[in-house]
Amino acid sequence: MKNTGEMSASMKAQARKNFISKYGSLVALVVLCIIITIIKPRFISPLNIRNVLRLASINGLLAIGMTFVCLTGGIDLSVGAVMGCAGMYSAYFAQASMNMPWIVAVLVGLLMGFAVGLFNGICIAYLKVPAFVGTLGSMSVAKGLTYILTNAKPIPNLSESFKAIGGGMIFNVIPIPIIVFTIILIGCFLLMYKTRYGRYVIAVGGNAKAARVSGIDVKKITASVYILSGILAALAGIITTARVTSGVTNTGDGYETDAIAMVVIGGTSLAGGKGRLWGTIVGILLMVCLSNGLDMLGVSAYYQMIVKGFVVIAAVMMDGLSSD
Amino acid sequence: MSVLLEMRGIRKSFYGNEVLHSVDLTLEAGTVLALMGENGAGKSTMMNILVGIHKRDGGTIRIDGQEVNIESPHDAQKLGIAMIHQELSSVVEMSVAENIYLGREPVKNGFIDYRKMYKDTEELLKNLNINLNPKTKMGKLRVADQQLVEIAKAVSQNARILIMDEPTSSITDREVENLYGIIRDLKMRKTGIIYISHKMEEVYTITDQITVLRDGASIATWNTKEATNDMVVKAMVGRELTEQYPKRKVEIGDTILELKNFTQEGVFENISFKLRRGEILGLVGLVGAGRTETMQALFGITKPDSGEVYLKGQKVEFKKPVDAIKNGLAYVTEDRKGEGLVLPMSIAHNITLPSMKELSRKIFIKQKEEKDRVGKEITDLKVKTTSPNLAVKNLSGGNQQKVVLAKWMLKNPDVIIFDEPTRGIDVGAKAEIYKLMNEFVAEGKAIIMISSELPEAMGMSDRILVLSNHKMSGELSKNEFNQKSLMKLAMQHM
Repeated sequence: MKNTGEMSASMKAQARKNFISKYGSLVALVVLCIIITIIKPRFISPLNIRNVLRLASINGLLAIGMTFVCLTGGIDLSVGAVMGCAGMYSAYFAQASMNMPWIVAVLVGLLMGFAVGLFNGICIAYLKVPAFVGTLGSMSVAKGLTYILTNAKPIPNLSESFKAIGGGMIFNVIPIPIIVFTIILIGCFLLMYKTRYGRYVIAVGGNAKAARVSGIDVKKITASVYILSGILAALAGIITTARVTSGVTNTGDGYETDAIAMVVIGGTSLAGGKGRLWGTIVGILLMVCLSNGLDMLGVSAYYQMIVKGFVVIAAVMMDGLSSD
Repeated sequence: MSVLLEMRGIRKSFYGNEVLHSVDLTLEAGTVLALMGENGAGKSTMMNILVGIHKRDGGTIRIDGQEVNIESPHDAQKLGIAMIHQELSSVVEMSVAENIYLGREPVKNGFIDYRKMYKDTEELLKNLNINLNPKTKMGKLRVADQQLVEIAKAVSQNARILIMDEPTSSITDREVENLYGIIRDLKMRKTGIIYISHKMEEVYTITDQITVLRDGASIATWNTKEATNDMVVKAMVGRELTEQYPKRKVEIGDTILELKNFTQEGVFENISFKLRRGEILGLVGLVGAGRTETMQALFGITKPDSGEVYLKGQKVEFKKPVDAIKNGLAYVTEDRKGEGLVLPMSIAHNITLPSMKELSRKIFIKQKEEKDRVGKEITDLKVKTTSPNLAVKNLSGGNQQKVVLAKWMLKNPDVIIFDEPTRGIDVGAKAEIYKLMNEFVAEGKAIIMISSELPEAMGMSDRILVLSNHKMSGELSKNEFNQKSLMKLAMQHM
């Protein structure tokens, strides 16, 4: 170690690459927020921040589940459809005319998510169906189930207690969805970094063979991440349905793309084994702020799609270039 | 002889850590230079600089006396430098000819001229005495043949400097002879070859000169004829190695593991043996004899068709690796990177992976205890690292193997299966691993060791079991060991 005093050029380049890889998305998020605030100061008003967080908490549920799936080297394309499916079925049981406690509707919705997740898990882990194909199939199945229930007609007139899940506030300031998301987020952080389950998920994604030789039930772990993802997607669907106060069949359409985008922006590799949950949080906020900011600037939803597409590609590109 | 390549004062740092401090290397045309050194000595970095993968921080490179600047792999290729990597990188779905001409296919009227490509390839292979069909798919070839194709590719690119990185690490003895023939042929064509190897025998057979690197510096260069084994080893490790296979005095106890007529049709048949406490049982045979497959079935990675396993007198059946682990078995696999380690994971997390249950309270990991246990294993096994949180992929082969060992030691097993325990590991780390094996059996535990290096098998084992063509062909006790009879048994059922 001769030249400790001065940094060589290659070292600087390396350090820069590491920085981009680790904090690139975070820097992008901060810069984005600053720019939007300069143009539209309303962006940082408490009301808007609450709005952004509420949006983030629904998308975020999907992205967190997706992070676990991607860590094992898989992908879950069915999350958007599961959202719609769980939303519709819970709405069915939440109709004011049914006179049932809200918890029944929630459990029915979660059960749908669990069922689709279990189906995905069995197909992928035990029957060797590639994740892309398996979840593409179950996406279609879940969509079908959604339409069958009411012949694609919406379900209005939900009970007040159920609607509170989406529209209610705690202490009249914090929306319930944000509370739910925060609890889930803390739980998933603990699960990923403080339990052996999280360790196993990372090991399976990093090298399934080595994990197996080390005595890990690779199939069970692989199946479990789809169940987790299914349940979280269902939860997102229930909250959305409660928020819009009626069950509609197109809830969650296209949400899988956003969820995957948030995960990759957060630096999780789709090849598995490499990723971080806090990165996903940054990814979630980046995507939501971008869309909220563009809304404020009056950019049409169609142009927003184009912008989002490029953002995702740019994020992955930066990560790829920096890990060379 | 004329000097073909001269590298002088090469320096290179990574992350502020200087890994090469002014290294020199000289290669003459038509000779083979052995580049030796322990893992981490700087051989790979040096070669990666030569082929343009890394940029040097300082020093000069001359070819035919002309100073050259190598900034990219493309520059190196233009200068006639080619490298045969240890891990081959061919397109398995393409034919031999397509692989050789990949990226520079002969073209006629805008289309690939396959006739010319196959004709040229045939000629090229014939010239090099390589007996392969240009139309065979690369994926269908054995590793040894794929390697020959890579050499042919280098020759077809008019490579004058050829680097071979441990070319014999995964090929059989007969194939090695074939490789030697081709190397001699290349020498006749005035090609200079840099030959990286850990195997002394090979170095003496095929090289003309030896350059030893240690800790990023060039230590010595000799004519191979004048170098002795001791000189080379001493230069590599920087100290004298007392005895290569340390002796031990261990009481052999009662039977701990027994296999009876263990069979997987066509893979291994009727394998029966007893393993006793305090014993190292060597498992010897040619590649493909069924040694690894037998052990994989024993450990529950695959299923045997028939046969019985007894552990401490009890009949057992391991359906999954986890069953074997629970019963006190551990498996140090041959393929360290493929089955032994989760490369992107940290050293600490790799070590505790099989022990997570013991290190958890309910579902939560006992972080403090995990850290302490990892720290102890790292010290005990002398894993060289700056931090237990470093990803294992950053470690050298020897240190990676120690991590695999640490991971199993933490489970405190009764029986460890070692599959090629020292493959691709430098002498210093080898000696340490042998020492650990001895300490392990001294505690009344037992080892099954698969080894393709006969000196190692004979040096370390108490008994050797020979497999030949999926069947057992003999068992030798320590006083009966000799290379000839082992080879004879290994060929018995061929």
